[in-house]
Amino acid sequence: MERAIRVDKGWSWRTFFLQWEWLLVLIFIAVNVVNSTLSPYYLTLDTFLSTPQTFLDMAFLVMPMTMVIILGMIDISVASTAALAAVIMAVCFHAGLPMPLAVVLNLAVATACGLVNGILITRFKELSSVIVTLATMIIYRGIAYVILTDQASGDFPKWYSSLGWGSVGKVPIILIAFAICAVVFGVLLHKTSFGRRIYAIGNNLTAARYSGVKTDAIIVTVFVLTGLMAGFTSLFLTSRMGSTRPNVAQGYELSVIAMVVLGGVSTSGGKGRIGGPLLAIFIIGFLNYGLGLVNIQAQSLLIIVGLLLILSVLVLNLRFRGRAQRSVPSAPKPVDSSEPTKRIP
Amino acid sequence: MAEHILELAHITKTFPGVRALDDVHFDLRQGEIHALIGENGAGKSTLIKVITGVYQPDAGEIRVEGMPVQMHGPSDSQRLGIAAIYQHVTCYPDLSVTENIFIGHEKISPVTRKIDWKDLHRRADDLLHQLDADFDARTIMGNLSVAQQQIVEIAKALSANARIIIMDEPTAPLTTRESEDLYRITEGLRDKGVSIIFISHRMEDMYRLASRVTVFRDARYVGTWRLEEIRREDLIMAMVGREITQFFPRRSAAIGEEILRVEGLSRTGYFKDVSFSVRRGEILAMTGLIGAGRTEVCEAIYGVTAADSGRVLLEGKELHLSGPAHAIEKGIGYLPEDRLRQGLVLDWDLAKNVTLPTLQAFASLGWLHPRREYAVAQELTEKLEVRAGSVFDLASTLSGGNQQKIIVAKILAGTMKVIILDEPTKGVDVGAKTAIFSIMNSLAEAGYGIIMVSSEMPEVLGMSDRVLVMREGRVAAIMDTAGASQEQILRAAIPAGAAS
Amino acid sequence: MKRAVSLSESFREIGLLAFIVILCAIFQLRNHNFLTLSNIRDLLTNTAILSILSVGMMMVILTRGIDLSVAATIALAGMVSALTVNSFRAISPVLSILEGMAIGTVAGALIGLLIARFNVLPIIATLGFMNIIRGLTYVVSKGAWVSAYQMSDGFKAIATGNVLGVSNPIIIAVAINLAFFYFINHMKTGRQIYAVGSNPEAADISGIPRRRIIFLVYVVQGALAGLGGVIWVAKFASAQSDTAMGFELSVIAATVLGGVSIAGGSGKVSGLILGTILFGILNNALPLINVSPFWQQAIQGLVILAAVLTNVLVKRNSQRFALRRRAI
Repeated sequence: MERAIRVDKGWSWRTFFLQWEWLLVLIFIAVNVVNSTLSPYYLTLDTFLSTPQTFLDMAFLVMPMTMVIILGMIDISVASTAALAAVIMAVCFHAGLPMPLAVVLNLAVATACGLVNGILITRFKELSSVIVTLATMIIYRGIAYVILTDQASGDFPKWYSSLGWGSVGKVPIILIAFAICAVVFGVLLHKTSFGRRIYAIGNNLTAARYSGVKTDAIIVTVFVLTGLMAGFTSLFLTSRMGSTRPNVAQGYELSVIAMVVLGGVSTSGGKGRIGGPLLAIFIIGFLNYGLGLVNIQAQSLLIIVGLLLILSVLVLNLRFRGRAQRSVPSAPKPVDSSEPTKRIP
Repeated sequence: MAEHILELAHITKTFPGVRALDDVHFDLRQGEIHALIGENGAGKSTLIKVITGVYQPDAGEIRVEGMPVQMHGPSDSQRLGIAAIYQHVTCYPDLSVTENIFIGHEKISPVTRKIDWKDLHRRADDLLHQLDADFDARTIMGNLSVAQQQIVEIAKALSANARIIIMDEPTAPLTTRESEDLYRITEGLRDKGVSIIFISHRMEDMYRLASRVTVFRDARYVGTWRLEEIRREDLIMAMVGREITQFFPRRSAAIGEEILRVEGLSRTGYFKDVSFSVRRGEILAMTGLIGAGRTEVCEAIYGVTAADSGRVLLEGKELHLSGPAHAIEKGIGYLPEDRLRQGLVLDWDLAKNVTLPTLQAFASLGWLHPRREYAVAQELTEKLEVRAGSVFDLASTLSGGNQQKIIVAKILAGTMKVIILDEPTKGVDVGAKTAIFSIMNSLAEAGYGIIMVSSEMPEVLGMSDRVLVMREGRVAAIMDTAGASQEQILRAAIPAGAAS
Repeated sequence: MKRAVSLSESFREIGLLAFIVILCAIFQLRNHNFLTLSNIRDLLTNTAILSILSVGMMMVILTRGIDLSVAATIALAGMVSALTVNSFRAISPVLSILEGMAIGTVAGALIGLLIARFNVLPIIATLGFMNIIRGLTYVVSKGAWVSAYQMSDGFKAIATGNVLGVSNPIIIAVAINLAFFYFINHMKTGRQIYAVGSNPEAADISGIPRRRIIFLVYVVQGALAGLGGVIWVAKFASAQSDTAMGFELSVIAATVLGGVSIAGGSGKVSGLILGTILFGILNNALPLINVSPFWQQAIQGLVILAAVLTNVLVKRNSQRFALRRRAI
């Protein structure tokens, strides 16, 4: 009878380097190489420290979105959440609320939006996360329009703009905040029981439930975290822009999801690591910067991000062929309402 | 000499590790209703799959109307006029009855390519009328009851001009009254010249409908009798009569006080008024026919689903479970029936599977200590003698028996009081079965209360202290195992009919 | 039993019709100009494009899919046909329409390929393509607009012209709805679409060409979006890169409101038409009773949410009912 003797997994250079993240590193290097040919001033520390300021606002969403997709779900309401939170913050500030409280309110509103998503998804398991977050995406931004119509609202205190533009020494505040969040989420996902349970749910929700994982609580928590991070995005974005209107953060959900998928996280759930999406943030961010150097408009960036999203999914699908390839890429129809939450269609 | 419309001779079918059919015979006469009976695992389903072309036999011959045939797939059998109706109807719940019957065979006008609905509905209604259905063909399939959906399935078979219809446990999901309707329909079919193979556990079904009965046992053909020639007791004997050659480890657990009590547990549509108790050190076997409600009761105790009324008391205290997580906290463990879909995360290694329910024990303030996890997993897998390379092996690479052991390890990683095992030896080879039985014994000796859901008589009689028999959602009998016989149990499990 | 069953199936249509009547009454009371011939004509013309697109969306949703890219396809098809008209004034409007539909078809085919052949999730495929197509629209137009004076009269007449007093878009929409009704109810492939959404595994086993059907619905959706695009730019006599921005949400809202189940496999054309009209009424009437246009989006979202939640609750109820009938 064989006993389990070995205590370590077995590790080889080959398996280490054959990982998706290294491919991303290569792409990142390639992007920067190309960029440096476009501008002589590119390869300076300054560039690398200050450029992220322009794209890191949406990066805060990439980390919770990674969790959402590992769960096997999706959240397309994040941009609307950010917009609504910003609008409410601005309006309340102008109604007399002190700015620090307005900032807290922003985070509170965003978190509440995430909570609503989580509750709807876990209470109505017949509905997929697609349709729920599609509806809330429309509703949240709709409320923002009701509040602020087509006006802009700004004139925030001076210190507020330092959130988005300020630095501690040479390092931008937003970069520090991002780094802290990245570490926190990385730890949460990879080192805690919470993270392990997320992977369990994404892998086999039924088995997770039978094994004592509180699936509803974890799903709600992940969506709440997503909401909270949308609040962060909202804060930094508004700080950078100096003002806000209901149509801010348009298209963020696409970019965020693209970054997560480019980062090697499979849309069928249960797989993926935080490192990839984090790298993908910088790839897409610097790519955008480079496109700006040759005067390519923001609209064209959309094409590229869209293509990246689709290409990544294709490659990932082929790679995980046996596992990720379900014969029906669609929402399974529940037979009885006690059956666990469904996947994204 | 009566004409045989279907003959199978010397049919053998083997799967890796298990022989499903061993040199069996079967014949069906034109226009008869022929009952096929045997316990779970006796080989009935495999035989049906051979007849419908899903499986190809490893040896033996099949003849339809005297001519030898080779079927390579279900469409071949359909072409030969063979149709099967199963317990679980696969259909299009959003489409009408007519469409469900005719999908794929719609009458399409060649010019306008238009479906002739009038004609289809009429033909469907005709079929339904023949079967005395109480609904019309325009009804949406999903709105029908299971019994009614079965009627649609029969209509489908008729529409394909089936001459041989196989009904596989059709009455299992039906109430007694609905079964009556099904009997009528089946007799009507026979009167029209359709030959029917009727698989059922219910004695009444058989005595009422069939002219002949064939018994299978342990993948072998036992015999065929005309129903007026054989008594019920003898039939049961034929089904179960065997030497209990399986080795059941000696039991020496001391049975203590009551640890779990279920009172009047009910869930609309699934089970009603279930009451029983389990004591420390005791193994209570829960048996009954498929569909009797055993798993549903266990899932209600474990918190997967909520019962509508009744209570569950653990160590005297009433439980209000919010879910399986809560149940585990309280000390109830559950080995699910479907180990692949409900029991394991197949893409994970053994250790991660084992520690999943009890992650908090391996974490300080949420931070996981993988080393501790792997150490405990190692310990448990060694204790249960799991055959694997290491705890890093993926759960998907293990054999059925070893997978069960991992799930047991998972349960044992926590502090349990009651352990429910749902069909623990299903799909497990003989060697591993014995191992699982030993594990169950040591669990009993350690003072756990154990509920074992099982359909295998030898197992039920060999391992348990008491037997609870469920029938059609209710508790039919609770008896001490010592002194109980297979016949007694089976008789309790089988629903009585209207006529005797 | 028979009567009860067929009544519940028409329940939704009756409810929608009742709602339409009630709404019309309310709106008419608040603003007497609501039920005037010219307003009704306006309403129907505006709703025509929505209707054309909701037909495509219904097919997609029936197969358990979703398509967020329709508005982008409208923009691209509209822009390309407008640019073509700008360069070749004499081009026949029919050719413009075909051109737009061709563009839409290509877009739909690519999306369909991704979803049917490469198992990409519809949400991902259409989210990605939505942006790719919008980006292309921008690139193709070089950021410029095409405006009324750059379009031929013939082109603009696609939307403004009429036959016997009924405006062209309405005629086209009616024709498409009729054709769709015939297809989805009386033709084999049409019914197979329902089967694929109702039970994909059974469809596979029954030999229904599931992948081909899924591909087909996205292609048709694309073609219809292309058609809608040409009508749109002709109607508004302007083509921009943000044409029809957010319109996909209106299409989804109208479709879901019309009773098409988001879980696939069920939905009726009658419901679709009623849902579309109801949605069109909301869009038309709310400004008339001085509801600010900025409420529109929020209302759309709430409509979708209410519609899907209602579906869920109704379904739960009927399941509970079925269980109770199972006498133990």
